[in-house]
Amino acid sequence: MTLSAPGPSRNLPQYGALIAVLLANWLLFPDFFAIRLQDGRLFGSLIDVLNRGAPVALLAIGMTMVIATRGVDLSVGAVMAISGAVAATMTGAGWGLPAVLAASLAAGLLCGLWNGLLVAVLRIQPIIATLILMVAGRGIAQLVTEGQIVTFTSPALAFIGGGSFLTVPMPVVITIALLAVTALLVRATALGLMIEAVGVNRLSSAGAGVNTPVVLVAVYVWCGLCAAVAGLIVTADIRGADANNAGLWLELDAILAVVVGGTSLLGGRFGLVLSVVGALIIQAMNTGILLSGFKPEFNLIVKAGVLLVVLLLQSPTLTLFLPRPKGARPMGTVKPPVAPTSGGAKP
Amino acid sequence: MTSALQRFLPLIVTTAVLVVGFLLCAAQFPNFASWRVVGNLLTDNAFLGITAVGMTFVILSGGIDLSVGAVIGFTTVLLAVLIEHGGWHPLAAFAVALIAAGGFGAAMGGVIHVFQMPPFIVTLAGMFIARGLGFVLTTDSVPINHPLYGELNDIALRFGAGGKLSLPAMLMLGVVVAAVVLAHWTRFGANLYALGGNRQSAELMGVPVGRTTVAVYALSGLLAGLAGIVFSLYTGAGYSLAATGVELDTITAVVIGGTQLTGGYGYVVGTFVGVLIQGLIQTYITFDGTLSSWWTKIAIGVLLFVFILLQKGLLTVWAGRGGEPAEA
Repeated sequence: MTLSAPGPSRNLPQYGALIAVLLANWLLFPDFFAIRLQDGRLFGSLIDVLNRGAPVALLAIGMTMVIATRGVDLSVGAVMAISGAVAATMTGAGWGLPAVLAASLAAGLLCGLWNGLLVAVLRIQPIIATLILMVAGRGIAQLVTEGQIVTFTSPALAFIGGGSFLTVPMPVVITIALLAVTALLVRATALGLMIEAVGVNRLSSAGAGVNTPVVLVAVYVWCGLCAAVAGLIVTADIRGADANNAGLWLELDAILAVVVGGTSLLGGRFGLVLSVVGALIIQAMNTGILLSGFKPEFNLIVKAGVLLVVLLLQSPTLTLFLPRPKGARPMGTVKPPVAPTSGGAKP
Repeated sequence: MTSALQRFLPLIVTTAVLVVGFLLCAAQFPNFASWRVVGNLLTDNAFLGITAVGMTFVILSGGIDLSVGAVIGFTTVLLAVLIEHGGWHPLAAFAVALIAAGGFGAAMGGVIHVFQMPPFIVTLAGMFIARGLGFVLTTDSVPINHPLYGELNDIALRFGAGGKLSLPAMLMLGVVVAAVVLAHWTRFGANLYALGGNRQSAELMGVPVGRTTVAVYALSGLLAGLAGIVFSLYTGAGYSLAATGVELDTITAVVIGGTQLTGGYGYVVGTFVGVLIQGLIQTYITFDGTLSSWWTKIAIGVLLFVFILLQKGLLTVWAGRGGEPAEA
């Protein structure tokens, strides 16, 4: 069965798009693929894309699983602000790195736990449940920093954002590590299958013995943790916490990355690596727009265009008119198409 | 059927919160209970109220519109560019802005209906497009110095001691009244509630689902455009980053106002009260002076949480009696 592991033909559009965007960047900027080693760290536009794409890629990892359960987490930007505020404030107060990291990750876990409990136990719609923390979270972050932009000089914390490990920038290393851990957690165990089951049909999966509240809470907690890590990286990178602007609008970029990665907003099958590829596509486009000398103002329109094209390709109405690739199954729709369902997704 | 008391309970609770909140504020600050404060409350929240009415319709139909804040920002920029750079008369610019905003909403509604895409993501793309178009027009904040703006800002009904009902406030009240009529005494309103209650049943009953969907997003876009005009009157400038986050403020107002986010149940009047509650919190924090601005966000978050819990509680009670659907 290919329910949880999409075949290579399904991944082609994402990898193709990434390669196309990178090639377009190369055409605009012939030095795009040039990478040089300086002071024990890799530099170059390609590395820059990876490095700058890391926060959104981290958010996308957590968001993918939330979306796979047919949910969405709007609070990730605010959680980034909270974890960054905690890290900067505690560092400023003289705490050591382990305590700082533990506290800001714990803040992210708590935020995720709150979201998860609202969704799983109180059964509030995910958009609304996470809207609460999105609104209040920035207030909490400002409460932590007392409305100031807290800066710090600790080289240990700054290393997370600006340092490098085996010549690779730390944000990239952290993203790869978190991706590997997450993939191991969901693919080496039955957790991934349970997440998909909850996303396809919460009631049936509960009937089939899946402990849906625990799965849901776990997914939101993990998303909160990923957001906290992203918040740490951003804070470490700028050596300061700005409760108002840290992670602002990044929840939308994360959702965009997941959607571009091919995970359906209707829940079910998900691809972690593809979401990270989605984040890289977005970042590569950003870089390309900047390199091409276009005004950065066009960035948003291009993003929206890409989002619409990807969604159109997934749209149940449009797929009726297109030849369906082998092995693909139609998405859940209100009115199922009359055509026989190819692929084995019969409930 | 549930009794009238049960049907209106969320609305009654919301109104009670507003009244009690206002009385508490008045007890603490003697100057609070003045016509001036009431007038300012209406004026300051006029653009929010107008947008929230459109959002109420969209949510009643079972959808959501994340693009409204961006449409407000785009409208202010479009007006500023047309009036200041293009030399247009403001009234002509208003007409163009309303048509553009309404058309934009209609296009989103069309995409949502024809391609069966989730409204959440389509309007998210709409938000990017509207903000992006605003940026492309200009990234500067453009002041609008046309004399008509001054004249429009001088229009006000004076009442009581120091109280005045400004043009934006009048527009908001007019929109609320028109929306109540539209929701409860027209075929469009009935279709809207039916669509939000259960899309498939509505379709089987003969509700024109496509037309209603397009109309409701067009209406939301149109009202966001009107809110943009009000916002540009209020600030006297056009700025592409204006009104960021307003989509969330309006959704919050709709929820506090007792409308269910799953659609099919709620009242426009409740949304209006929800907007006033948010405004009241802000006014209280301004009056207090020692409280920092971030308490606004935290207070609104707490309020949102409490009202959602309240809705859940009511739904459970209704479900127990077999009255209203428990689906949420």
